Amino acid sequence: MTNSVPELADAKVIFIIGSNTTENHPIAAKWIMRAREKGAKIIVADPRWIQMSDLAEIAVQQRLGSDVALINGLMHIILKEGWQDQAYIDARCENFEALKAKVEEYPPDKVAQITGIPAETLRQMAEIYAKNKPASIVYCMGITQHTTGVDNVKSLANLAMITGNVGVASGGVNPLRGQNNVQGACDMGGLPNVFTGYQPVADEAANKKFSEAWGKPLPNKPGLTILEMFNGIDEGKIKALYVVGENPMVTDPDLHHVEAALSKLECFIVQDVFLTQTAKLAHIVLPGTSFAEKDGTFSNTERRVLPVRQAIKPVGESRPDWQITADLSTRVGYPMQYDSPEEIFEEIKKLTPSYAGMSYKRLEEKGLQWPCPTADHPGTVFLHKDRFSRGQGMLHAIDYKPPAEEPDADYPMFLTTGRAFVHYHSGTMTRVSPTLHREMETGYVEISPTDARNLGIKNGERIKVSSRRGEIQIKAKISRKVNRGVVFIPFHFAEAAANMLTNPAYDPTAKIPEYKACAVKVEKLAA
Amino acid sequence: MDFRTVNTTCSYCGCGCGILLEVLDEEVIGSLPVKTHPVSEGSLCIKGWNIHEFIGSDQRLKRPLLRKNGELQPVSWEEAMTAAAAGLKNVVEKYGPDAVAVLASAKVTNEENYLIQKFTRAAIGTNNVDHCARL
Ligand code: SF4
Repeated sequence: MTNSVPELADAKVIFIIGSNTTENHPIAAKWIMRAREKGAKIIVADPRWIQMSDLAEIAVQQRLGSDVALINGLMHIILKEGWQDQAYIDARCENFEALKAKVEEYPPDKVAQITGIPAETLRQMAEIYAKNKPASIVYCMGITQHTTGVDNVKSLANLAMITGNVGVASGGVNPLRGQNNVQGACDMGGLPNVFTGYQPVADEAANKKFSEAWGKPLPNKPGLTILEMFNGIDEGKIKALYVVGENPMVTDPDLHHVEAALSKLECFIVQDVFLTQTAKLAHIVLPGTSFAEKDGTFSNTERRVLPVRQAIKPVGESRPDWQITADLSTRVGYPMQYDSPEEIFEEIKKLTPSYAGMSYKRLEEKGLQWPCPTADHPGTVFLHKDRFSRGQGMLHAIDYKPPAEEPDADYPMFLTTGRAFVHYHSGTMTRVSPTLHREMETGYVEISPTDARNLGIKNGERIKVSSRRGEIQIKAKISRKVNRGVVFIPFHFAEAAANMLTNPAYDPTAKIPEYKACAVKVEKLAA
Repeated sequence: MDFRTVNTTCSYCGCGCGILLEVLDEEVIGSLPVKTHPVSEGSLCIKGWNIHEFIGSDQRLKRPLLRKNGELQPVSWEEAMTAAAAGLKNVVEKYGPDAVAVLASAKVTNEENYLIQKFTRAAIGTNNVDHCARL
C-alpha cells in the first residue's frame, strides 16, 4: 500500500474496487467503517453485491473485466467537468496530454454500454470521488487477476494522480495483499527478477553487490515466473521443483494441466505443514513448522514489518523452514550456517536499504514500515510524499480490452472466483480448524435467481459447471449477490475446485492468470 | 501447569493483526487480540480468533516422507535430506541450474523467504524463483 491501514479512517471518500473487504480483510474493513462513521463516503464497484455495497453511497456491479473502461469513463467525466487537480498534475505528473486524449474516447454512453452501469450513475461516482479529499482507493485481486491486471492497476493510479491523491495522508492507491506475507515474500526477493528490496538481478551494481556478499557469481538473467515454470515442466525444460508452503494443486488455474506437468518431474520436493494435494504428488515431503513454532518477521499489507515469536516447540519431528532450507543448501555444496532467524535478519539489513534501519529490538513493540533506512528513522507511513520514486508520476494512456474468454453460445455464462470469509487460500489450514470448518464445510456456486429459474435449478441442488478446461459437480446457492449471467465459486475447496475451470490466460507483464473471468456452462445433473 | 501468552502476528491475511497465543503445557489453546497493536487495536476476525486450532491439528505432518515403490513412506530426516540433495544435484549436473525451479512462499517468514531465494540463486545458480502472490 502507498498508505497505512489506520489512515483509511481519515479519508473523506473511499473507492473500493475488486476487494471484498469485509470478508477477506476484516480488520482493514473496520478502519473503513470508522471513516464512514466520521462521514466519509464509500463507493463500491464489484461484479458481486458484497456486504460493503450495502453500506455504500453508491454501489455498482460492473461487467466482469470492464474495469479499465469504467475508470477511463470516470476520468472522462472528471476532466470534462474540470474536477481534476491541475496544479498537482502540472507539478508532479508526466504524459497528461496523452491520457487526456485517450479518455476523451470514453464518453459516458459508450462506458455505460461496456460496463452495464448507467451514465448518470457514472457521473455521480466521478463527482463524489473527485470532490471529496483525501480520496483513497482500495483494491484487491478483483483488479489484478485479469489478463489486463496491470492496465487495471495503472488506471487506478491515473485516477488517483489526476485528482491529486497520491503522496497525501489518507489518500493513495492501496492494494490489500491476499496472503499474509505476500509483501514480505516480494520484499525478500522471492521473485524471478529481483533480489531483496526490488534490486534487479540484471542490474550490474546490484548483481555485483550480492555476488560479493554471497561469495559466488550470481546469474543475471531473470528467471521464470510461476506459470512459465509449469509450462517449462510440461515442455521438459524444468526437471526439479522445490515448493515451500504453497499448494499449486488447488490455487493454480487449469489444474488438469498442472497435475500432468508435475508427474513429469525427476525431482519434486514439497515442504509444508500439511500433506497438501500438491505434497501428495511429491517424491520427498519435508515437514515445516507453523508460525507458532518459530521466530521471524512478516511484512503486512502496509509495509509494516512485524515480529513472529515462537510459542511452542516444533510439533513432532517438524523443523522450522529456515533450518530445512539452510540444511539443504549445505548438502548441495553451498554451506549456510545460521543460529537464529535474527542472524538472518541482520544479513538482510546489510543488503537491503529499505530495511537497513530495522532490528528485532526496534520491531518489538509496533513493528516498522519500510523504507526505514537508518537506525533512527521512524519508518514511512505513506509513500511518495514529495516526489514519486521515479521522479515525476507517469500517467498512462490505456485502452479497454475485454477478458481473454467471454461467454458464447457453447459456454454462455461468466464465472468469477474468490475467497469466503472463514477460509484461507487452498484451505489447508482453515479446513482442519473445527470452528472454521463448521461455518463452511464445502464449496458452492452462487447463481442468480433468474438464471436458476430458467435452468430449473433449486437451492442446494448439486449441479454441473463446465468450461473448455474441465468440469466439476457442486452445490447451487441461489443468491442475489451475482447478476444474471454470472456465477461465483470460492476457490478453497479441492473437491469442488474452481480452478478446474479457470482460464490460465495471463497478463503479459505481471503474469497473473485471469481467475476473475472465464466462460462456463451451468447444467442440471442428468437424472 | 505451565501457562503463558506469546505476543505474535496472525498469519491468515495481510492485515497482520497482533495476537496473543495462549500456551498451556506446550499446547496452543487459544488466541486473543492485542490492544496496543497499531492495525488491529484489540480486534480480530473469526480467522484470527481461531488460528490456534490448526496449529495442533492431528493432520499436521510430523515426519519426513519419501516415495518408495510409488508410495510416500515415513523416513528419517537424514534419509529424506540425502535424497533431496541428491535429486537436486543430479538435475543440475545433467541439465544445468536452469532446469531447477523453486517456489518461495507468502506463508512463511521474511527470513525464510530470504534464504529460499539465496538458496536458488547462490546454491543452485538460477533465478527461477517465484511465489503464489500472483495467484
Ligand atoms: S485476525 Fe483476521 S484480519 Fe487480522 S490478520 Fe488475522 S485473518 Fe487478517
